[in-house]
Amino acid sequence: MRNHFPLPAPPLARCLGAAGLCLVLLAGCGKEKAPRQVSGGEPAQGQRLMAQYQCTACHAIPEVPGAVGNAGPPLDQFGRRSYIAGGIPNTPDNLTRWLDNPQALKPGSAMPDLGVSPEEARHMAAYLLTLR
Amino acid sequence: MTTPLQSALHPAGPDAALIAQLSWILFGGAAIIFVAVMALLALSLRPNKRPIATRWWIAGAGIAFPVVVLTALLVWSTWRSAELTPQTSRGAMSIGVTAKMWWWEVRYHDPASGREVVSANEIRIPTGRPVYVGLTSTDVIHSLWIPALNGKMDTVPGRVNGLTLHADKPGIYRGQCAEYCGAQHARMALYVVAMAPDEFARWLAREAQPAQAPSSALVERGRAAFLEQRCQSCHMIRGLAGAEHARLGPDLTHVGGRTHIAAGTLRNHRGTLAGWIADPQAIKPGARMPAATDIDGATLQALAAYLEQLK
Repeated sequence: MRNHFPLPAPPLARCLGAAGLCLVLLAGCGKEKAPRQVSGGEPAQGQRLMAQYQCTACHAIPEVPGAVGNAGPPLDQFGRRSYIAGGIPNTPDNLTRWLDNPQALKPGSAMPDLGVSPEEARHMAAYLLTLR
Repeated sequence: MTTPLQSALHPAGPDAALIAQLSWILFGGAAIIFVAVMALLALSLRPNKRPIATRWWIAGAGIAFPVVVLTALLVWSTWRSAELTPQTSRGAMSIGVTAKMWWWEVRYHDPASGREVVSANEIRIPTGRPVYVGLTSTDVIHSLWIPALNGKMDTVPGRVNGLTLHADKPGIYRGQCAEYCGAQHARMALYVVAMAPDEFARWLAREAQPAQAPSSALVERGRAAFLEQRCQSCHMIRGLAGAEHARLGPDLTHVGGRTHIAAGTLRNHRGTLAGWIADPQAIKPGARMPAATDIDGATLQALAAYLEQLK
């Protein structure tokens, strides 16, 4: 059947321009910062350790089984958070030190020193920073 | 393969072994009958087969077969059940367990002093001998079930039911309230720790001692906080002046020596102790313990440290 009302074909240049703009916009969407890396930290191991130390007694962590405590802040999207304990910059190093001994970084914090080893702290920090 | 913590199919004592054997016989028998019925069904669907008279089916498969099978099962299970350890305190060590919403009070008899030693949420028993557990309740009906050691026994307010625990080898066996008893029924668990007899005797002698005096400034601060926060209104700590009477909540004299807190809900360390004190209602909504409202972080740490070292 003949088309009685053909639409004018858009010029090739305009077409390419629009496609390019779309690509740039899409690329912008994915341009989120990748999770900060913790050297020597294994997120999967960190997740297991979170369950082992029963962090859920105080913190709600969606992927870690256990109780759903409310004494500390929930840790979902912890990797996006700017500060640890409301003031310490959330860098891999600070987070590792915090998990190792919270009292050393912020005396009087309600978070106890659980006897987490520096190596375990690295794994746990690696896991926490993947929560975005 | 590691043994499951709570499994009736991995018995750790003679009574549980007998119950497991009965269970396997039932599973096996049911499986054989199921396969036979399915085979008959398949046969009946074949075309051009001469049907068997209905009355033979009723007389054979409907009457004779169940009568023979069920009678045999009844005789055999009655005979085997008679071999279960009798539920009596005679010749056995006695322990008292009182179920409460939603935890367990456990009382031992100290042979040295003749006094009662009160603990909670953990039953310690010596291996190789029957231990009679006198069970009661102060509120609603609960039921104690430690699948690896024996069957269930209800705890009924106003009466004492008996349950014999007999562990062959040392180990930790999880038990659970097996009768719905309210909001936190699911978090009303306990652990049975079976120990070699001499080890058990040492443990009991230690458990009978009053709480030890604080050994550091932090622990001393925690002890003061315990009294300041009026924890002694519900919890007893033997050896702590002013905190030797209350029995509303679990006895905390040796709480640091237990494997779990909050009736099997959390493993016991200073982190979970602090989290529990700060907000038990988040972890076990409806539990009788109120959340701490005016306790600063450092004091919470001290209190958790104090409880942790009460071993």
